Amino acid sequence: MKNIPQKVIHRYLRHDKKFPHVWCAGCGNGIILGDLLRAIYNLGLEKDDIAMVSGIGCSSRMPVYVDFNTLHTTHGRAIAFATGIKMAKPELKVIVITGDGDVSAIGGNHFIHAARRNINLTIIIVNNNIYGMTGGQCSPTTPIGKFATTAPYGSIEPNFDLCELAKCAGASFVARTTAFHTTEARQIFEKALQKKGCSVVEVISQCPVSYGKMNNISSAVKMLELQRDNTLPIAAYEKLPEEKRAGKIVRGILHDVEKPEFIDQYQKLVDSLSLQKQEKFDESKKENKSSKSEESKSQE
Amino acid sequence: MSTDRKAGKPILLQGNAAVTLGALDAGVQFFGGYPITPSTEIAEILAKELPKRGDKFIQMEDEIGSIAAVLGASIAGLKSMTATSGPGFSLMQENLGFGMQTEIPCVIVNVQRGGPSTGLPTSPAQGDIMQARWGTHGDHPVIALYPDSILECYELTIRAFNLSEKYRTPVILLMDEVLAHMRESVVLPPKDKLKIIHRIKPNVPPEWYKHYKRNPKYISPVASFGEGYRFHITGLTHDESGFPTQVPEEVNDMMDRLLRKITDNLDDIIQIEPFYMDDAEIAIFAAGVVARSAKEAIIQARKKGIKVGLIRPLTIWPFPDHDVENMLESTRAVIIAEMNQGQLINEVKRVTKYGQHSRFYRIQKYNGLVITPDEILRKIAEVA
Amino acid sequence: MKKEIRLSGSGGQGLILAGIILSEAAIMDSKKVLQSQSYGPESRGGSSRSDVIISDETIYFPRAVNLDILLSLTQEAADKFLCNLKSNGYLIYDSSVIKVNPIDGEAIGIPFAEIAIKKFKTAIVTNIISLTFLCKVTEIVSIHSLKSAIKARVKEKFIDLNMKAVRQGIKLAEKYLSERG
Repeated sequence: MKNIPQKVIHRYLRHDKKFPHVWCAGCGNGIILGDLLRAIYNLGLEKDDIAMVSGIGCSSRMPVYVDFNTLHTTHGRAIAFATGIKMAKPELKVIVITGDGDVSAIGGNHFIHAARRNINLTIIIVNNNIYGMTGGQCSPTTPIGKFATTAPYGSIEPNFDLCELAKCAGASFVARTTAFHTTEARQIFEKALQKKGCSVVEVISQCPVSYGKMNNISSAVKMLELQRDNTLPIAAYEKLPEEKRAGKIVRGILHDVEKPEFIDQYQKLVDSLSLQKQEKFDESKKENKSSKSEESKSQE
Repeated sequence: MSTDRKAGKPILLQGNAAVTLGALDAGVQFFGGYPITPSTEIAEILAKELPKRGDKFIQMEDEIGSIAAVLGASIAGLKSMTATSGPGFSLMQENLGFGMQTEIPCVIVNVQRGGPSTGLPTSPAQGDIMQARWGTHGDHPVIALYPDSILECYELTIRAFNLSEKYRTPVILLMDEVLAHMRESVVLPPKDKLKIIHRIKPNVPPEWYKHYKRNPKYISPVASFGEGYRFHITGLTHDESGFPTQVPEEVNDMMDRLLRKITDNLDDIIQIEPFYMDDAEIAIFAAGVVARSAKEAIIQARKKGIKVGLIRPLTIWPFPDHDVENMLESTRAVIIAEMNQGQLINEVKRVTKYGQHSRFYRIQKYNGLVITPDEILRKIAEVA
Repeated sequence: MKKEIRLSGSGGQGLILAGIILSEAAIMDSKKVLQSQSYGPESRGGSSRSDVIISDETIYFPRAVNLDILLSLTQEAADKFLCNLKSNGYLIYDSSVIKVNPIDGEAIGIPFAEIAIKKFKTAIVTNIISLTFLCKVTEIVSIHSLKSAIKARVKEKFIDLNMKAVRQGIKLAEKYLSERG
């Protein structure tokens, strides 16, 4: 982190009243926020031009600490609020901060529809495989067999692959990284923030207090080591023989395509309608005929 | 589904179309919605009109997303609205509370249909009156308007936008299915005669700006996202700056401010229509389409010399306590007519004071049919 | 004067449009008017209706319950709505598809659809022919206003066709009125 000293993130933090933060010791949220702020710094984005929108959960507390236009919404709805903001002010860089429960359980519908529309939002999912804030209930990404307060005998449900979900639903940029891989995370955030389209970044994070304790890995360091050891970049993964792939999680940019973006498409519609209006106006002036309503009723 | 706006001469207009004309004249810039009978025409017309004006329309994936997008667009500075019916209104309740708590102007049209649940999708009912009041959780004041004619669908939509912008709060327009779908001859006012209110913008430098600044009138200027003010909005109980707080004094302060910005301005917010009330011995209390039946009945009854009148709330929330008290003072009997199992009558009883001797009579109908003038006349005869 | 008119038939016969045209013609005649129609499952199949209330005074109650005039273009609609007709009301029905028993008021059977197909090679103008007939016989709105209302509502390329349909309706009405004496 030679080029970007720690203190750059202080430019983006709110110093009035907002600290200490709510996150537990060992939580990945602070690391991930740091990575994001460094990416924002590297891209030279203006604070006034960023809207950060979140839902409910530990990671969704992020916006209150940063000096942007910040909105902490209801559980699962951050993407829908962000959709309204982005349509209203396309010039804003709209970043959604959400968690695995927020985005894929209660907010799953908004998630897949934002991806389908390919609306220009940067959606950062902090995936700690658990509901941390409320004390460790299972989420749609809690792996089979893992424990949570609401899965006291181990989860019996298959978990979502959030990246696969986003890709299949239509997002044009999909990437995965971890709290451990800070440089990679920052680089991916930079790419995601520059992408015109729905960009989804899943960041695997650790919750030593809720998830770790219940699953016998209550050290944050141990959990970070697992992120290091159980994941590998997509290029390395593809070189692995089939039998060695089991249990490995792929990192990196998993999907990056160009496709029509929603705000652009909407503006094109507006432009085509105003063009039609102009042509009609010109025509009617030419013909100099008595004006007839353009919406004359059709015979049923 | 015409949106031709000819002022000064009578035109035939449908209720839902009148709402869209009112919204356009009030300056709506964003509609986010999900189709649902009997409100769908509002979305259909605005889907056609808003892009033509360079304004924004989006059909969201559900009603929860609809109101969320509406609130988001309003936070970013646009006059925003949605339209729905009972089932969708139920889905919107949590975020409606978010809008009230965080003081975001917007308009929610609820064209009521028979309920509960899927109920009677194409039949009228007035079953959402209490839901409009208490549908979202927690203590909160609410503004809800209730038209009884196509002209009022237009006028009260404008008023809903004005009140929402002025008092920084979501405003609900409650409509009867009958009004939404029927057409009536109306004369619209010329556009330059309309009073349109826009939210007050701050004029202080960003470092002085407080998103919920206290002031004597409880109405503070409001900045939008992207205007250089960089404030925080949260559904958590918050202080003047918008940051979460659990300090009891600050919690009190926020809750009181939300309440008092409405209760200190009742004269501005509440509107009622008295009809033949000057010498009335019997009063009818009814809203929306039921009030129309009541008017017809009153004209018939007056021909027989029965002194009966009507109090009709155009503002249903906050409830017109004062006017209802006066009604109870001045009459010997009150007929509360409503298309539900008794929502307004309990409000009327709530404001009844010891010593008032007016008797209560009820007409309650919830079978999908409108209360008829004959039914009201029969009740008048019974009372008189 | 307050008159309640119901235009009834099946979905797709253009009766909603006919109701709107009748309403707008009434507005041109300086009347107060209120129009409503069947919605939902009711309007998908089976009988469809468009109600118009025309009055000199403010119209409060929005439902037509005591019809002065009932136009029916299908047997089902006639059977369903005849009970709503006032005892001295007009029933105007398409005699090419409907059989009715004698009623107290005036029952006028004209084979509207048959005439439309014979004269215009399309049943699409049945609504305008029958509406014009209704207006001419009952004098509920002026023919001048009816024509203006039609011109304002239908697409420009269909105006000629519809004006011919109006003339057909007037012809049928004049013939009926002269025979009735």
